[in-house]
Amino acid sequence: MNHIASVSIRSSTAALDVPAAALRWHNLRDVALREATRLSAILVLVLLGGVIVSLIYGAVPVLRAERLSFFTTEAWNPVTEKFGALGPIYGTLVTSFIAMLIGIPVSIGVAIFITELCPRPLKRPIGTAIELLAGIPSIIYGIWGLFVLAPFLQKEVQPLIISVFSGVPVFSRLFAGPPYGIGVLTAGIILSIMVVPYISSVTRDVFETVPAVLKESAYGLGCTTWEVVRNVVMPYTRTGVIGGIMLGLGRALGETMAVTFVIGNAHRIAPSLLAPGTTISAAIANEFTEATGALYTSALIALGLILFLITFLVLAAARYLLLQLERRAGR
Amino acid sequence: MNERTAALGGVALKKPTIEAQESHGTEAAALPEKISVRNLHFYYGESLALKNIALPVYEKKVTALIGPSGCGKSTLLRVFNRMYDLYPKQRAEGEVWFDGENILAQRQDLNLLRARIGMVFQKPTPFPMSIYDNIAFGIRLYERLPKSEMDDRVESSLKRAALWDEVKDKLHSSGLGLSGGQQQRLCIARTIAVRPEVVLLDEPTSALDPIATAKIEELIYQLKSDYTIVIVTHNMQQAARVADYTAFMYLGELVEFGQTQQVFTRPKETRTEDYITGRFG
Amino acid sequence: MNAAIYRRRRWRNRAVMTLASAAAMSGLLVLFLILGTLLVKGVGSLSPAVFTQMTPPPGSAGGLFNAIYGSIVVTLVGTLLGTPVGILAGTYLAEFGRDTRLATVVRFINDVLLSAPSIVIGLFVYTVMVVRMGHFSAWAGGVALALLVLPVVVRTTEDMLRLVPDSMREASAALGSPRWVVILKVAYRAARAGIITGVLLAVARIAGETAPLLFTMLNNQFMSTDMNAPMANLPVVIFQFALSPYKDWQELAWCGALIITAAVLALNIVARALSVARTGSES
Repeated sequence: MNHIASVSIRSSTAALDVPAAALRWHNLRDVALREATRLSAILVLVLLGGVIVSLIYGAVPVLRAERLSFFTTEAWNPVTEKFGALGPIYGTLVTSFIAMLIGIPVSIGVAIFITELCPRPLKRPIGTAIELLAGIPSIIYGIWGLFVLAPFLQKEVQPLIISVFSGVPVFSRLFAGPPYGIGVLTAGIILSIMVVPYISSVTRDVFETVPAVLKESAYGLGCTTWEVVRNVVMPYTRTGVIGGIMLGLGRALGETMAVTFVIGNAHRIAPSLLAPGTTISAAIANEFTEATGALYTSALIALGLILFLITFLVLAAARYLLLQLERRAGR
Repeated sequence: MNERTAALGGVALKKPTIEAQESHGTEAAALPEKISVRNLHFYYGESLALKNIALPVYEKKVTALIGPSGCGKSTLLRVFNRMYDLYPKQRAEGEVWFDGENILAQRQDLNLLRARIGMVFQKPTPFPMSIYDNIAFGIRLYERLPKSEMDDRVESSLKRAALWDEVKDKLHSSGLGLSGGQQQRLCIARTIAVRPEVVLLDEPTSALDPIATAKIEELIYQLKSDYTIVIVTHNMQQAARVADYTAFMYLGELVEFGQTQQVFTRPKETRTEDYITGRFG
Repeated sequence: MNAAIYRRRRWRNRAVMTLASAAAMSGLLVLFLILGTLLVKGVGSLSPAVFTQMTPPPGSAGGLFNAIYGSIVVTLVGTLLGTPVGILAGTYLAEFGRDTRLATVVRFINDVLLSAPSIVIGLFVYTVMVVRMGHFSAWAGGVALALLVLPVVVRTTEDMLRLVPDSMREASAALGSPRWVVILKVAYRAARAGIITGVLLAVARIAGETAPLLFTMLNNQFMSTDMNAPMANLPVVIFQFALSPYKDWQELAWCGALIITAAVLALNIVARALSVARTGSES
């Protein structure tokens, strides 16, 4: 800001008689604060660099041993030290996909309810309640999923699904039995519950930024509530909603504990969604402390590197998409 | 360019004095200039906002800067305490003489300068602290006073700003709890608490109601005896009411400067006359 | 007006609104189910013993004292390490570094760190600290949590400081304040409540985290105050006990789950109350 080579003291100041020491003290503190904050900011960069470097370093042994087949094989055998990441990668992507498939419509529904339908005095409590869902630690979702949701699904829901789709050409393989209760689908459902508060709270916040006049002019033409939402609110808030969805997606991809409890931990890709599987984070969480041998540990770290890259790509893609949308909107 | 700016061309450097305008023919004595502006150019990035401004600011007088929106009057005001220095894309070239030094020179200690040239802004900005702390804030920057002395300083500043009676029982409540007019008087009290020599007022009453405005104009009239005052206003009547000297600016240029009476009743430039008679706003 | 079209529009509207209400209700239903389950299964085994005794071997009675202690300690360490650096970095982004290249890059990197899966952070601390030191430790757990606190605090500090209007900074500068006074005494003061809210939310986030502790702090069956060694903590204990076949362990797991959830929800509610008090309305 002010670049001073030397301090000029005015003894002729009638009103203010300031000792040189006070001025030097102020300047010193200015510099000290500036440097301290700058170094802290640089530390953030260094830390991320450290994360990337250490992951790559740890992943090198297994990548050197398996080369590209690490990414394409399903077999995961600690005994013969043959590791393939395809199972976890598949599980991560599929569970996140299910979570988004269920979570996005539900979140938007919640947001629509709170902004358009909910009676005024209930707005705050219901909104807060939904957001409290975000605060519940993921391990709680895990044990609730394992001890409450999974048995329920196993007894009531999954037999129903299996019988409904049993004749249908493609879906019968997708929803084939036996009903374990746990499995890829259950993990996807738990994840969807976890992402709803994130997506819905962002969506709700941006829904509320729509100027009342805009909505009123649509209502004034005789639009129904849904038409107003679909044709006015959603286009207006498009970028924010997509941002919220990306936020939820990032959460779903990286979620560990909830998934670990309910996915069944099987390193295989089964055609049925009702079968057990594994995700990258669940595999690491379950196996890391028992991993014997450098190659096993390295394989798990390599999985971590892959997960990091996936979430990074999602974040970058979201940023890019938002930039494009804003550019096109002329902002 | 009128003869005013030409007269400024050949003046001495130290404590310059200017022949006062011969409006009534009575004031032939030279008035001391607190601030003298010479060849001032101001840039926002690449665009030139102030063109070759030359202007005297007389000591212990009220000088008003008037003109339509965007003419550069606030920009000029903010040069006096180098407020523009906070923003990298803004720069000034030329000379602004204050107490024998060119304050545009790089070597300035800006903090000290700003303690000697205070500023009150358009929107009242009390700090998120008690009324007492708001006033004491500026004093504490440079002076270490015992409590009794600080109490006295706070009281005298609030009295000077005509706010003491209204807040003396709630000095330790938040400054944010006052009305708009009171907040602005608090900001004035805060500014004069550090005992500046010049007080700059940037449209101080444009956010206030008429009664609060009247109180502040009364205040300005009283403060004049101790401080040199420069006020930016888009309200011509206000300038006519409070100012001794008025400068009319248009599109970044100083069009006319003189005693307020003369500028408003017998303007020398057509543009001045057009503005004053309301031909453009 | 075409009656058929209008009927269809009405029907469609009603259908969507019903679905939206159903969505909201199911969200609430799940919340109540989860909290209800916790209460039902956790309160039963809640007793003073839980807070005073150590984690037991399978088959015997015990408590969660060492786990609670460890959780409090590691959360505190994580907060104390991550918050100051976070506030300083956020201050740089909002004050000194405005419009600089460095700030843009740091902001993006901070977002990456913010959305990085916590288990990956755990892996990082494992390779950098645990392997280096040769053993698991509570310090490593604290560092891992600090790395989760840091990006949250950076983000909220920057956002809150940006909300402070420049006119307030100018008013302070106009009095002759040097930069550090403008920032420390005026800007911080104005943004104080928001920054504290951000810190509380960060704490609430790490209080329930399991993954990063799994291979940094590990677990300890006994009471330990040694920061340089594995220490018990609630999430990992819950993880271990819940998946075990032993009934007492499972009961203790539910107890621990109830305790953690209560603590995290309390933090969230306090943070929320603070932010409402600050703005005077729902923010």
